[in-house]
Amino acid sequence: MERQQRIEQFYSVARERVLLLDGSWGVMFQRMGLEEDDYRGSRFSREEYPVDMKGNNDILCLTRPERVTELHDAYFAAGADISETNTFSATTIVQADYELDHQSVIDINYQGAKLACVSADQWTKKEPHKPRFAAGSIGPLNKMLSMSSDVNDPGAREVTFDAVYQAYREQIKALNQGGVHLYLIETITDTLNCKAAIKAIIDLEAEGLEKLPIWISGTITDRSGRTLSGQTAEAFWYSVRHAKPFAVGFNCALGADLMRPHIAAISRVADTLVGAYPNAGLPNEMGEYDQSPQELADQVGQWARDGIVNFLGGCCGTTPDHIRAIAHAIAGLPPRSPVPSRTTLRLAGLEPFELAS
Amino acid sequence: MSTAAQTFINVGERTNVTGSAKFRRLIKNGDYATAVEVARQQVENGAQIIDVNMDEGMLDGSRAMQTFLNLIAAEPDIARVPVMIDSSKWEVIEAGLKCVQGKAIVNSISLKEGEEQFCRQARICLSYGAAVIVMAFDEAGQADTAPRKIEICQRAFKILTEEIGFPAEDIIFDPNIFAVATGIREHNNYAVDFIEAARVIRKTCPGCHISGGLSNVSFSFRGNETVRRAMHSVFLYHAIPAGMDMGIVNAGQLDIYDEIELKLRKLVEDVILNRNENATEALVDYAEQFRGQKGKSIKKDLSWRTFAVGKRLEYALVNGITEFIIQDTEEARAAAERPLHVIEGPLMDGMNVVGDLFGSGKMFLPQVVKSARVMKAAVAYLDPFMQAEKEELGTVDVSNGKVLMATVKGDVHDIGKNIVGVVLACNGYEIVDMGVMVPCEAILTEAKKENADIIGLSGLITPSLDEMVYVAREMQRLGMKQPLLIGGATTSPAHTAVKIDPVRSNGPAIHVRDASRAIGVVSSLLSEEERPLFVDTIKSRYQRMRDRRSGGPSRPRHSIEMARQHAHKLTAPVPQAPSFTGTKIFEDIDLKKLTEYIDWTPYFITWNLAGRYPKILEDEVIGKAAQDLWNDTQAMMEKILDQNWFTPRAVIGFWGASRNGDDIRLDTGDTFYTLRQQVVKNNQRANFALADFVAEAEDHIGAFAVTSGAEAERIAEVFEAEADDYSAIMVKSLADRFAEAMAEYMHERVRKELWGYASDENFDNESLIKEAYTGIRPAPGYPCQPDHTEKETIFRLLEANRIGMTLTSSYAMRPAASVSGLYLAHPESAYFVVGRIDRDQVKDYAKRKGMELRIAERWLGPILNYDPEVTGNVSD
Repeated sequence: MERQQRIEQFYSVARERVLLLDGSWGVMFQRMGLEEDDYRGSRFSREEYPVDMKGNNDILCLTRPERVTELHDAYFAAGADISETNTFSATTIVQADYELDHQSVIDINYQGAKLACVSADQWTKKEPHKPRFAAGSIGPLNKMLSMSSDVNDPGAREVTFDAVYQAYREQIKALNQGGVHLYLIETITDTLNCKAAIKAIIDLEAEGLEKLPIWISGTITDRSGRTLSGQTAEAFWYSVRHAKPFAVGFNCALGADLMRPHIAAISRVADTLVGAYPNAGLPNEMGEYDQSPQELADQVGQWARDGIVNFLGGCCGTTPDHIRAIAHAIAGLPPRSPVPSRTTLRLAGLEPFELAS
Repeated sequence: MSTAAQTFINVGERTNVTGSAKFRRLIKNGDYATAVEVARQQVENGAQIIDVNMDEGMLDGSRAMQTFLNLIAAEPDIARVPVMIDSSKWEVIEAGLKCVQGKAIVNSISLKEGEEQFCRQARICLSYGAAVIVMAFDEAGQADTAPRKIEICQRAFKILTEEIGFPAEDIIFDPNIFAVATGIREHNNYAVDFIEAARVIRKTCPGCHISGGLSNVSFSFRGNETVRRAMHSVFLYHAIPAGMDMGIVNAGQLDIYDEIELKLRKLVEDVILNRNENATEALVDYAEQFRGQKGKSIKKDLSWRTFAVGKRLEYALVNGITEFIIQDTEEARAAAERPLHVIEGPLMDGMNVVGDLFGSGKMFLPQVVKSARVMKAAVAYLDPFMQAEKEELGTVDVSNGKVLMATVKGDVHDIGKNIVGVVLACNGYEIVDMGVMVPCEAILTEAKKENADIIGLSGLITPSLDEMVYVAREMQRLGMKQPLLIGGATTSPAHTAVKIDPVRSNGPAIHVRDASRAIGVVSSLLSEEERPLFVDTIKSRYQRMRDRRSGGPSRPRHSIEMARQHAHKLTAPVPQAPSFTGTKIFEDIDLKKLTEYIDWTPYFITWNLAGRYPKILEDEVIGKAAQDLWNDTQAMMEKILDQNWFTPRAVIGFWGASRNGDDIRLDTGDTFYTLRQQVVKNNQRANFALADFVAEAEDHIGAFAVTSGAEAERIAEVFEAEADDYSAIMVKSLADRFAEAMAEYMHERVRKELWGYASDENFDNESLIKEAYTGIRPAPGYPCQPDHTEKETIFRLLEANRIGMTLTSSYAMRPAASVSGLYLAHPESAYFVVGRIDRDQVKDYAKRKGMELRIAERWLGPILNYDPEVTGNVSD
């Protein structure tokens, strides 16, 4: 099936029900007990790549592709409609920490996309009534454009807009060419970084790259109700609306109970679909997430019943068991209807601003 | 969201090297720390957006722009507002766009270099997610006349919306404000050109906005601050109603239109509106005396110091002067029985004046912010006295209960809330004041943490109502049982009863009208004995209000299609054409003549005296009171007539019109939208809509706006200042009567002469009151057309601002003593009640009007036959 037909199919199921994204990847790789050699494979020798690779999960797309496929399959089997590519940190800027070369970063994205698509296509073939989709994961950077990198100089920045734009541009292009059905710009801690990714997509499309749906997922970092770069939920939405995303929402940092008000806030203003994938609660003293699948499913299931979400899923600490529990909790529930569009001038600083026409 | 009800946005101009010598010096010297403070000050002074411009020959503009934007990004007090990136150099703009995480405005792009360049830059703005200011500038140059401004903006709008897909609401036109009174005759009409162009552009480029750099207009009066400030205020006073909704304005320096010295104001108005040939000369001559003065605040006109203390406090509040506030507050305190009375009395009165001026567009946000500052200084001064009083009375540290208060998210108005807080604190309640713009979650978390006994929500703008409902719903969801108090200008017992109370089953939601009521409500709620009865009483009162609103079980409704099939079909011939089409103003109307048209019965109702005039004067129970009132009224009427207190004016218009479904289409291209009855009737009566009374072709419609003028409000103020509320209320209610009489008088002239379809009619006042005549004059907001927003079309077509009439953002008419409506002449036209309508009609109506469904539902709230909260939230 042509990709555009798959995308049509995706839009159509999103109108019918609440769709389910997969869960955490980090925790699952941890459980596999992979070692340095697994990460390096035959491609990344010590001599050429002196920095330790253990923990650089994205590289597994190239070195242990079967383990990546295993995870896609586990999540699809649990009931996920969408699985994300294993490319959360696959930008030249983040991979610079591992001193990974440029071509390898592009390859991770391209191969990561292929793995997710192959798995999604197989499941779709097996269960045509429940088509599966691959979302290209575009994660945050370890360098922020809106935050000072030097406590003594509030104007200092560790990176430029152009560099961020370029890094995302390469990732996006490779994901697209690898075949993903949609982009998921996620865990956005700094809206300006996200805007660079959006600009990269807009520019690439203007240059002829095939158009794909965009899902934008920010991160409200704590109880203050703001993103790390200081914006409120609505200000964040106003700042990224020009991407015309088919979905917007939040993920990470918070458990479902603390995330709820922010999802409710964006749900009240978003004239598009809303997605949310919280962590499995907050980490315990050991830094582990221990919220049970049922508890999480009870909480987010209520969001679906309240009609405030179109997409659910799990972030840090969630497993296929969590996704399975959520799948049960939301079975048969109708999706949220987006609020009608308003023709008002909506601007944003850290806070939203609106002027009626 | 805080500004959803705003009609005019201030853009701060001090962080602009071309506009501020101080800022230029700071940037050139690399003193960015102080430059950041300039930005902070602007936001504190009320700038809602800040304009940043680094266009200076000696500067690396891109670098300066990036440095400054990165620095203010680190200051939450500044970064909370959006940025306007201002440069004539494209690379500086793009450098700026790379530094803002929010959604900014680009200032500016234009067709100056041709379409290709324009499109390229617009596309780049779109890719960064910025709104744009488009200058009225094309290949041939900068537009100076209205037709050129209009032509260029329309062309740019078409390119942006049709070729590039730029959202219309993100387009802000700057049709160029140029200097007037330069001595060159061709320049005299520049302000008028801008205002006229604004009007047409707003109308023909739907969704767009209009902005302008205000200081240009007064350029020829450099060095004469007094005149410049007056020119700016007068310009805005006329440009805002025409559609200018944004401006680059020095947020701290604007005069209040009503307070500009009268002669100066008239001369300035002559210049701005180009009202006569010698306007410039006259202003230049008169302006000479102000030269070198640094504007009103520095001029130190101290004549107001001779006023009575209450008036002085008011003056200080309105003008934002803190200089004498302690001294005056002390004087008022010494004269008052309790310190609290100073707050409840003169200070609150002054703030009410501020509120009224703001509401009528005569004060702007920065001025209001200053007023609040003065208020706070006064309250702060009184606070120790109130504490001392508490100690004396032994109430210190005795908390009667804890009340948590907040202005809800999206709203910045807190004067009323602060007053309530002070009043409650004085009565021994502990107050936790969370300030303004407080999100629901924060309120509820804090309420739990503080273990608050009561939660009080305040808000002034309409969207705050929805936010309050949301808070109530969340309290219900989270099982929070505290009483919820609702207060603020747009709140009402009805809204609380219908929208908020039913959301909560676990605790009461109570509307509190003003600070004086708050004490009673809070004490009842916190008293174990009184509370159950009090809550029951309120709950059942709200239930009754809901029942009354729903009118009992709903009678069956037709679908709108079916109702249309039951439309009234005209049988009698279409009336003759009116004597003219277009609009006409009527002034110099004899007040004595109008008295013949006054219907006195509603006047007595205003005074809570129910009964028909003149019988009421002989009523057994209230006859005496009615007669006393009547005598006093006659005494005032004599003065009104002798001294011509009111200046009633009217503007009416007629246009060719035809019915199209439920719409009335005018030859001008405008449309009056009407609503149709949907109730299923047992008899053969039609399901009426006003459109039914207009023929499908070759017919006419009229509209009117009449007022008895703004004087009554000022005269009432004088009475109020003398603590003569009786006369104040009287003069205002008489002004209302004159406005109604004026409407009646004009309608008669319309019937007999101006439209002339009933030239032989001859009725006495009694019959007029009974509406025995042919044709109707239905008013928006009344049962035939309950949609207030239709007034906007009437006012626009009539250009009612020409007779001093304006609409507030909530479609209230100013001056208050005004009437407006439509004229329908057909002999079969009759008044009816639209009654409750179903969602299918509301959807259709909203679509026809190009209004969002939710907005339509808000305005039609009182007549909806369904609960939009339940059926709503569906996108279609």
